[in-house]
Amino acid sequence: MHELSITQSVLEIALRHAEQAHAARITQLNLVIGELSTIVDDSVQFYWDIISRGTIAEGAVLHFERVPGVLRCLNCGHTFPLNGEDFSCPRCGDRQVITAGGDDFRLDSIEIET
Amino acid sequence: MTTRVSVVEDILSANDKLAASNRARLDAAGVFAINLMASPGAGKTSLITRTVEALKDEFRIGAVDGDIATTLDADRIAAVGIPTVQINTGGECHLDAVMFQSALPSLPLDDLDLLIIENVGNLICPASFKLGVHASVLIASVPEGDDKPYKYPVMYRGVDAVVLNKMDVLAAFDFDVDYFRQGVEVLNPGLAFFPLSCKTGEGLDAWLAWLRNEVRKYVSGDSGAHS
Ligand SMILES: Nc1nc2c(ncn2[C@@H]2O[C@H](COP(=O)(O)OP(=O)(O)OP(=O)(O)O)[C@@H](O)[C@H]2O)c(=O)[nH]1
Ligand SMILES: [Mg+2]
Ligand SMILES: [Zn+2]
Repeated sequence: MHELSITQSVLEIALRHAEQAHAARITQLNLVIGELSTIVDDSVQFYWDIISRGTIAEGAVLHFERVPGVLRCLNCGHTFPLNGEDFSCPRCGDRQVITAGGDDFRLDSIEIET
Repeated sequence: MTTRVSVVEDILSANDKLAASNRARLDAAGVFAINLMASPGAGKTSLITRTVEALKDEFRIGAVDGDIATTLDADRIAAVGIPTVQINTGGECHLDAVMFQSALPSLPLDDLDLLIIENVGNLICPASFKLGVHASVLIASVPEGDDKPYKYPVMYRGVDAVVLNKMDVLAAFDFDVDYFRQGVEVLNPGLAFFPLSCKTGEGLDAWLAWLRNEVRKYVSGDSGAHS
């Protein structure tokens, strides 16, 4: 579990952007988490409530947009969602596939009061 | 009134930047670094001691050992006679670029060709945190089961080689090597795969040949060691 250090990074990034925008308060954070990232959003929320205390982000609401894992077939180019155990291409059956999305772990935007 | 401020920043970008600076430091000294990742007990330390014993007359080798609390593994590696730095992560489940950076000044980088890093025993977390190495190797072992690549696809992605250790106990487990290999290769077409046993030494030669070749290519080649 590394959600504490991750959540600290989220706070740092949010505070830096809020300061640049001369914010008095941060009310919401919009995070994007890919299915292939190893982040557990409940833990981020748990640590957030603790570490945001006493900052202008205290009480801000975290929104998590989940992005599904996506694979791409190297044989026919088809892209398809990651579906559990079977990684083979649903169109041509080939097993040579690579990941093509779902790694994301990003802060997209924040809502501030000035 | 609230306003939306666009951020679009990767949460791990600070770690990634530091990893790049670690990499530049290794390149300036001409050191090829590999990161070994695996579940607890898969055989990371055993593979390191085996590898060092086999290659220490050819290359100048150093090690970094990440451990949550003890120095047991670092002691085992240092006993083979190479410079070893222990990083106690203080409970963290993985090494990150900051911890790796802090270990570098304690190593004689200018006198090394190869640096082997033992990450914390954990199959999930280390994959997300870049250190700044040249190759990542995942060690799996037969007792863990042949379905692991299907259950932890993240971990098996982006590695350069997979070692399947403890082949000596294959008969005692329902482990289908072909099924395992397919699961590993499916998200990593062209990946190097080494079934071996650190106990009997079976299969070690192929692994050593691969590593030897990677280090030689790096040391002799366009490694960025010019700066
Ligand atoms: N049968 C068998 N046992 C092995 C083999 N390689 C390692 N072991 C045993 O597996 C146990 C764990 O090996 P280590 O090398 O300490 O594993 P590790 O991954 O470094 O473990 P941690 O650092 O604690 O996560 C030890 O008891 C080893 O003797 C092997 O090829 N065959
Ligand atoms: Mg060990
Ligand atoms: Zn296809």
